[in-house]
Amino acid sequence: MENKKIAFNRRDFIRTSTLASGGLLIGFNLFNSCKEAATPPVDVSKLNFNDFNAFIKIADNGYVTIFSPNPEIGQGVKTSMPMIIAEELDVPWEHVTVAQGALDTKNFTRQVAGGSQSIRFGWDALRQTGATAKQMLINAAAIKWNVDPATCTASKGIIKNANGDTLGYGDVVNEAASLKVPENVILKEPKDYSIIGKDAINVDIDKIITGKPLYGLDYTADNMLIASVLRPPAFGQKLENYDATKAKNITGVSDVIKFGDKIAVLASNTWAAMKGKKALEAKWTSDTELESTAFHEEKLNEILDKKTLDIRREDGNVDQAFAEADTVIERTYDSPFLPHNCMEPMNFYANVTEEKVHLVGPIQTPAGTANRIANLINRKKEEIHLEMTRMGGGFGRRLYGDFALEAAEISDKAKKPIKLVFSREDDMSAGIYRPAIKYRIKAAIKEGKITAYHLKEAAINSNMYGLIPNFFPAGAISNYKVETGNYKSAITTGAWRAPYTNFLAFAEQSFLDEIAEYLEIDPAQLRLDLLKNVKDGEDERIQYSAKRMTDTINLVIEKSNWKNTKSGVYQGFAAYYSHNTHVAEVVDITLKNGKPAIEKVTVAVDCGIVVNPTGAKNQIEGGVIDGIGHAMYGDFSFKNGEPNDVNFHSYRLIRMKETPIVETHFVENELSPTGLGEPGLPPASAALANAIKAATNRRLYKQPFNNQLNDLKA
Amino acid sequence: MNSYVLKVNGKSVTVNAEEDTPLLWVLRDELKLVGTKFGCGIAQCGACTVHLDGIASRSCVLPVSNCEDFEITTIEGLSNDGTHPVQEAWKTIDVPQCGYCQAGQMMTASSFLKQNPNPNAEEIREAMHGNICRCASYNRIEKAVALAAKKMS
Repeated sequence: MENKKIAFNRRDFIRTSTLASGGLLIGFNLFNSCKEAATPPVDVSKLNFNDFNAFIKIADNGYVTIFSPNPEIGQGVKTSMPMIIAEELDVPWEHVTVAQGALDTKNFTRQVAGGSQSIRFGWDALRQTGATAKQMLINAAAIKWNVDPATCTASKGIIKNANGDTLGYGDVVNEAASLKVPENVILKEPKDYSIIGKDAINVDIDKIITGKPLYGLDYTADNMLIASVLRPPAFGQKLENYDATKAKNITGVSDVIKFGDKIAVLASNTWAAMKGKKALEAKWTSDTELESTAFHEEKLNEILDKKTLDIRREDGNVDQAFAEADTVIERTYDSPFLPHNCMEPMNFYANVTEEKVHLVGPIQTPAGTANRIANLINRKKEEIHLEMTRMGGGFGRRLYGDFALEAAEISDKAKKPIKLVFSREDDMSAGIYRPAIKYRIKAAIKEGKITAYHLKEAAINSNMYGLIPNFFPAGAISNYKVETGNYKSAITTGAWRAPYTNFLAFAEQSFLDEIAEYLEIDPAQLRLDLLKNVKDGEDERIQYSAKRMTDTINLVIEKSNWKNTKSGVYQGFAAYYSHNTHVAEVVDITLKNGKPAIEKVTVAVDCGIVVNPTGAKNQIEGGVIDGIGHAMYGDFSFKNGEPNDVNFHSYRLIRMKETPIVETHFVENELSPTGLGEPGLPPASAALANAIKAATNRRLYKQPFNNQLNDLKA
Repeated sequence: MNSYVLKVNGKSVTVNAEEDTPLLWVLRDELKLVGTKFGCGIAQCGACTVHLDGIASRSCVLPVSNCEDFEITTIEGLSNDGTHPVQEAWKTIDVPQCGYCQAGQMMTASSFLKQNPNPNAEEIREAMHGNICRCASYNRIEKAVALAAKKMS
């Protein structure tokens, strides 16, 4: 995608009005063109996110408020999306405040945080809106001066004409609001950017460092009760009966409500609700076998051993290439389920009354969740008003509105405003986990080259590879085949940070490292050689760019002193394209008492234009350490349908002393920006495993690594 | 319900609560000081860290009945206006991603720096090891603690 100077001609997605309080309000639709009839309100408190999903308010002092539409889960879009508007509007960033848009639920196509897509999809619309507003302000000033708008310019909130006269944006906002929305606006050249590409600190920073209410768990309302829910302890169980006598005796507990196979305890405070839940006595039954990890292991192996699975991509003649090979290398890779463990446990506020349904909380999919709630409690979609809060992490977990649905159902039954609060144990045991997966990869080697590549995936519930059989090394090896199969389990699974690739990258990038070792080629060079086989654009299905991946790999080779570090430092390499972004990583480890100490990760990233460098680096640092942390310690298993770990005393997350320094370098170009919340994670675990191999001569095929390194000695 | 007199952020407040109620929930539910966060409830993650007489303590496992004798400081009371050197360092370094754990991180850091005003890198990493950041902003936490130490010296 070239980032050309584009003249837009889609005026229908922008509408303006004069505010009652003075100033200009611009409503626009970020991800789709707007319905013809919509007009922004004159009262800012009546902003209707049905008609538009984003607004810019320019006050008569020239200060700008941007109502940012996308949910903020820590990925930084509440800062970076408004930066793009401010750039084209051409106002000083210090004059901009950012507010989170609420949601009513019609007409949305993409008010979602997930898949690292917010910036990618919003890029054109955000720029176009800012530029359109700027042109309207210039046009209004030109009318005042009685000059041709083409002779006027605007910068940093000030409009100038050829005579040297100046007007502030605030001086002309009311006039601008009555003008026609211009049809063609010219966007800035990237070389002229003054906000994009400069560090902008998180817009919520002052609230975060002073402990102001921001998150769903901080929300409160008059007469609100806290709800704590007892759910079946094992996946596959149902509620047979229960006794709430002891729970009701706890001071503060007011109601006990059964819904489905769950029981909610409502109380005047959180502690009473949690105690009440613990005091419930319930009997559970099941009509099916309750699953354990050994059972999943067996089912996944059965799938891998099948002759054929569902074929996702097939190039050339794989069977023939294997038959003619000098050598065949086959390896199997294993990963457990993983819980998300957002630091802010799942929670949601619901107040279901005869008049309306008011919902507030942290959710990655506000529109879809509101629709599901309307269906669940049999209400019209128009009656649902959902407000998003800042989220204490998401990682995919808050894509699933299960907790919001529970909250709505409880409030509907209780006829009271409630806030549902998960304990950590609830959060980890009622999860929607990253599914357990196994990959079996086979390569044919002939005359020192890879002549065929065959990958089989076996997954619990979902096939992670289903959507992306066209990632590297597809296209680089002429005989190529991907097959998938799954086992339908009672355990709920779903997207987890960098879905599809978070474990696939480990398997493939570890495998390529082993092939390079066998062929006695530098592992980074092996990737570069394979990429030479790919001509960008030749196969439309191929997702990555060979050129961009090559540049990214070359950058990480340079910055990491690849294979040229001081003695005692061992390096591992991996490169992976996911979520539209190309990433290459080198992990440096040393040995302390024979055990790997992860010292540093050098990262090269091609995400196109970097909108907010400090935010972008923060995402990469987090993604890399998250990837390493879960690869080292993430161990989540089941016994008779129940998770073996439900809190942090036994479930281990990476902590300060185990973290490497992450050093991030961006490939410089002027291509459209892509997302960063996810693509830093997938290659990290493979680069680490490859470094561990270099240091200890031990290949790792299974996550987590930590318990496979215990016997290493100095 | 019992009545307790607590000293929170320099003020004396009376709260009604069951004696086993953790200080965390008294702060959040009764006093509406929601800057102190709930993460695990078993003193493993550090999101609920407050100061008792200046010492970093896990409020999620401290029964309110044991808290009357201490000066309790929460993130809201660390400074009047966000200008404690630790808060300023957190802003300069742009530490947070989701931000949820950061109050606990800052309370741990500020208590630590009072005891050890000139820490080395190893000591900083050791001191902050008990606080989980699920977004893994650890590199920046480490830098911000070092910067705060510099500001305070």
